[in-house]
Amino acid sequence: MSTRLANTGRLIDRSKQIEFTFNGKRMKGYAGDTLASALLANDQMMVGRSFKYHRPRGVVASGPEEPNALVGLGTGDRFEPNQRATTTELFSGLSAQSQNHWPSLDFDVLAINNKLSRFLTAGFYYKMFIHPRPLWKHVYEPIIRQSAGLGKAPDKELKDADTYEHFYFFADVLVIGGGVAGLQAAKAAAESGAKVLLIEQHNYWGGRAPVDGGTIDGMEPGAWVEKTLEELRGMDNVTLRDRCMGAGVYDHGYALGYERLTDHAPGQGGPRHRLWRIRASQIVTATGAIERPLSFAGNDIPGVMLAASMRDYAVNWGVTPGQKVVVATNNDDAYRTAIALHGAGVEIVRVLDTRDSGGGALMEEVRQLGIRVECGRGIAKVKGTKRVTGVAICAQNGEGGAQEEVAADAVAMSGGWSPVVHLWSHCGGKLVWDQAHANFRPDPERPPLGADGNGFVVAAGAANGASDLGAALQDAQTAGEAAANAAGFTPKTVNAPAAEAPVETPMQPVWLMPAKADIKLRMKSWLDYQNDVKVSDVQLAAQEGFESVEHTKRYTTLGMATDQGKLSNINGLAILADSLGSEIPQVGTTTFRPPYHPISMGAIGGEARGEIFQPLRKTPMYEWHDSNGSDWEPVGQWRRPFAYVRSGETLHDAVNREVKNTRENLGLLDASTLGKLVVKGPDAGKFLDMMYTNMMSTLKIGKCRYGLMCSENGFLIDDGVVARIDEDTWLCHTTTGGAERIHGHMEEWLQTEWWDWKVYVANVTEQLAQVAVVGPNARKVLEKLNEKAGGGMDVSKEALPFMEWRDGEIGGFKARAYRISFSGELSYEIAVAASDGLAFWTALMEAGQEFGVMPYGTECLHILRAEKGFIMIGDETDGTVIPQDLGLHWALSKKKEDFLGKRAHSRSHMADPDRWQLVGLETVDGSVLPDGAYAVGNGVNANGQKNTIGRVTSTYYSSNLGRGIAMGLVKHGPKRMGEVIDFPGTDGKIYKAKIVDQVFYDKEGEKQNV
Amino acid sequence: MSDPVSAMSGATFAGLAKVEDSGLQGMITLRGDLASAVLQAAVKAATGAEVPVSGQVALSDQGGVAWMSPDELLLLVPYAEVDAKVSELSEALKGEHALAVNVSDARGVFRLSGEGAREVLGKVCPVDMSAEAFKPGQFRRTRMAQVAAAFWLDHDGVFHIVCFRSVAAYVFNLLSASAHPQSKVVVY
Repeated sequence: MSTRLANTGRLIDRSKQIEFTFNGKRMKGYAGDTLASALLANDQMMVGRSFKYHRPRGVVASGPEEPNALVGLGTGDRFEPNQRATTTELFSGLSAQSQNHWPSLDFDVLAINNKLSRFLTAGFYYKMFIHPRPLWKHVYEPIIRQSAGLGKAPDKELKDADTYEHFYFFADVLVIGGGVAGLQAAKAAAESGAKVLLIEQHNYWGGRAPVDGGTIDGMEPGAWVEKTLEELRGMDNVTLRDRCMGAGVYDHGYALGYERLTDHAPGQGGPRHRLWRIRASQIVTATGAIERPLSFAGNDIPGVMLAASMRDYAVNWGVTPGQKVVVATNNDDAYRTAIALHGAGVEIVRVLDTRDSGGGALMEEVRQLGIRVECGRGIAKVKGTKRVTGVAICAQNGEGGAQEEVAADAVAMSGGWSPVVHLWSHCGGKLVWDQAHANFRPDPERPPLGADGNGFVVAAGAANGASDLGAALQDAQTAGEAAANAAGFTPKTVNAPAAEAPVETPMQPVWLMPAKADIKLRMKSWLDYQNDVKVSDVQLAAQEGFESVEHTKRYTTLGMATDQGKLSNINGLAILADSLGSEIPQVGTTTFRPPYHPISMGAIGGEARGEIFQPLRKTPMYEWHDSNGSDWEPVGQWRRPFAYVRSGETLHDAVNREVKNTRENLGLLDASTLGKLVVKGPDAGKFLDMMYTNMMSTLKIGKCRYGLMCSENGFLIDDGVVARIDEDTWLCHTTTGGAERIHGHMEEWLQTEWWDWKVYVANVTEQLAQVAVVGPNARKVLEKLNEKAGGGMDVSKEALPFMEWRDGEIGGFKARAYRISFSGELSYEIAVAASDGLAFWTALMEAGQEFGVMPYGTECLHILRAEKGFIMIGDETDGTVIPQDLGLHWALSKKKEDFLGKRAHSRSHMADPDRWQLVGLETVDGSVLPDGAYAVGNGVNANGQKNTIGRVTSTYYSSNLGRGIAMGLVKHGPKRMGEVIDFPGTDGKIYKAKIVDQVFYDKEGEKQNV
Repeated sequence: MSDPVSAMSGATFAGLAKVEDSGLQGMITLRGDLASAVLQAAVKAATGAEVPVSGQVALSDQGGVAWMSPDELLLLVPYAEVDAKVSELSEALKGEHALAVNVSDARGVFRLSGEGAREVLGKVCPVDMSAEAFKPGQFRRTRMAQVAAAFWLDHDGVFHIVCFRSVAAYVFNLLSASAHPQSKVVVY
């Protein structure tokens, strides 16, 4: 059974007991445990079910490479699926649930899939569910979705209880990995004076070295780690960060660090995760190596574990997964596991070494301990279902005929080591195949390249393929110096610390155990535990013609699970290479993509949640609107009142009330969001003549003109009123959404095409609060304000005629008043300093009481303009509409030699008389046309669909007219006045509408000009 | 009648650092030829400070000048004097191709002070906020999470942040969240 050992466990504190639950069962662990080590200490061998066959699965590894021990962690608003038990630090009250089974972990109905595994081979879904086609969507997919998948998604009604943040950090040298190589590399780099950031994913430093033994400068590795940490902590230019994983390496020395601040102590306050967004001149990847499993039948049964991980559990956490252990290996390192477990009092039943002549000094040491070592042997099959019960031993070179069966409750396996090359590879670092160690390691000749064409990543230690402690430290020293040098510092040349470790004999590549295993064994030899991919699946894929490793990956799903093939990648492609009769380096690896290990969505989002999820732009009067019933409408990032809803009113009622009141009494609109661009310079007139389709240079000082802007392709992009301020200054109003865009548009033309024109543009949109004072009583309220203030701007018809502007004071506020109207009513738009905006608005509301003042929102604005047949950018235009489509020929200057869009308008399609053109639309029964509805004509198109002859661009209920009104673009529209055309709605009804003039209200324009 | 209010009307937050609405600050966008002696003299007259080089702010008793782009400066003047200063500048720059415009009310302005100020900014701006990299007198236009912003560090160790007025509440809340008392990074 799996249990706690008496005397080992360098990372746990036995004086601090911690309670937690697994599937509701209360368990105990110690401070310093991971969830995985604590589960093993409680004899919880089985921790989940596999993805496809629902086979029982146990802990295989001790770090981020773990494929099986994924749990749902936490409850309620802190629940998170697919959390690795091996990277989860134990804390008091931790609650974990196993995944992917129904109804329970112990009894799972879908384990039937395991019995059906002969049929559920690679590509099964592709082959089986393709016919008949409609069944996929309605039958197969829902069933497969139900049976597949790992953890459950969190409750959609709950919000994550935690907060997250980002942090930008800059370093000369970033060292990723705090094992002995990372520590040494950081020290070597820091001694040059370079600013160094060293990050380590675990909550402890030193990596594997304290577990694996040997000596560094005559010290135990653990003691050397402490000493080196002290030295680094004493250096001002070094920043150390544990619980911070290097997640990705990107262009220009950009890297992500994923710091887990409170995962080990949920609810303690402050952010849970911090995403470090690091810029480094040079990056050292000292990310270590990952042990590979061996592919033998039953290698997925709970109790089969990576040899070094089993050693980790014994040494670090004082836990053994079994009392009688078989070790299977193709290299010397696994003997360390035998030694460690033996020392802890665990029986080593056998060491099976695939090499005919076995290993070196470590093997001798094991034999001296009285442990039986058999060379040239391997595992034919592991016995057991929910835990290991025995091992059938065979000759490695045979077909799997068992020579002996031994009782055992755990198996330690080692298929050799693969350097963690992920971070090296993320940004294009290339790999070479190391024949001697049967692994891919970074090719120092082909590193990821920076903007200057030079490499910016250096690999160090085991991550660089260093095969022993001494080589790793030497390599790390070299890497640290090289990184400092490349970052522009002069490293001190010192010797790397001297290390002593047993001499190891070469490993033997073993991709299948036994080498000639028959199909029955191969169908039970797992490559990818998480996605349930076996040796036989990869072989089948090869047989079916999947020669590219990338295709095989997708066909078999090898390496596509949440562990991204950390254990399965090399074993899988070795099987593929063998099946194709090709060499491993020719087959190559799949692509390594960030993140190295899954990171939380919260960390990616950072602080952006709740009220700072995204910036909301607010006008100076925002709070007033909010406390006066505003129903908000997003307009770009602005929030504008759609209407002001009074108690007892529906939104529709409010809109209708505002529409009538503005026509009959007095309405106020917060128009502050309108874009305002100051354009100044000796060439400003010439420039605006190019920007607008009509003439702006001839505008008289003190006057306003409505203008249209086209892109160089002739399409309408914006409109607005332009005012001439002085001899060389104009003020251009843009649409609310157009301010930044049109500012950029102007700057682009000035900077790239007409760089020699003397024009400056400034965006003063937010400097000014602007209020539209609209309705028959508009002048009265302004005059009253002036009267109260003891004088002010003359706003009479004579002093301030329609389409003119004046500067002055209104009600004591410094103001600029424009006599412009987007409603057809007597209307002033008055701009004051934004800091005065709220006070000015409030003054207008107070003074307007006797004149029936009401604020109105964007919907009322839209209806008023639609009643007048005024177009709206974004309604009547959609990027494909030209001024001619809208009957705006009058605004296209014929006097000007050129303007943006002029040439495009002469293209044949633009001048086509068949283009749809703007008309008014009146339903025959007075109802409101559906927005966006299409009009259908005679005949059908090439696809058998009814021909369309037009569409609705704006449609409203007009309370002034008591009926629906609409505008639309209709083929030959203006020539078809009075015709009735059909608009089928999505509700099945056909709406009949008469083509009419689009000006529905006050056609002569008398109301605005009073 | 006029009683102007700043974007966040004096709001404050204290955490890792202190975030304060600075109140109304007179600001003028000046575009022109920064090498022109006439412009330089006009700037000096308006602010008491010299035209700074790229990435810097020049501060004086009455205000200051920040470098915005190769043809743009941000002039800092007392709020009450801004209209007069714009007129003076326009007068002095007659004959030059230049644009001076009041942008005082288009902005939210904040003070960020205290030990954690550098870290708070380091959470939301892609800027090296270490003391070696960002020194008093430096001025930086950058991104603050999702909006444009600029800031400078004065000689008393206080950061002055400028953003658009419409997003002042966002920036205030953003800085306050980043200054959460339990979110110290402990690097600066």
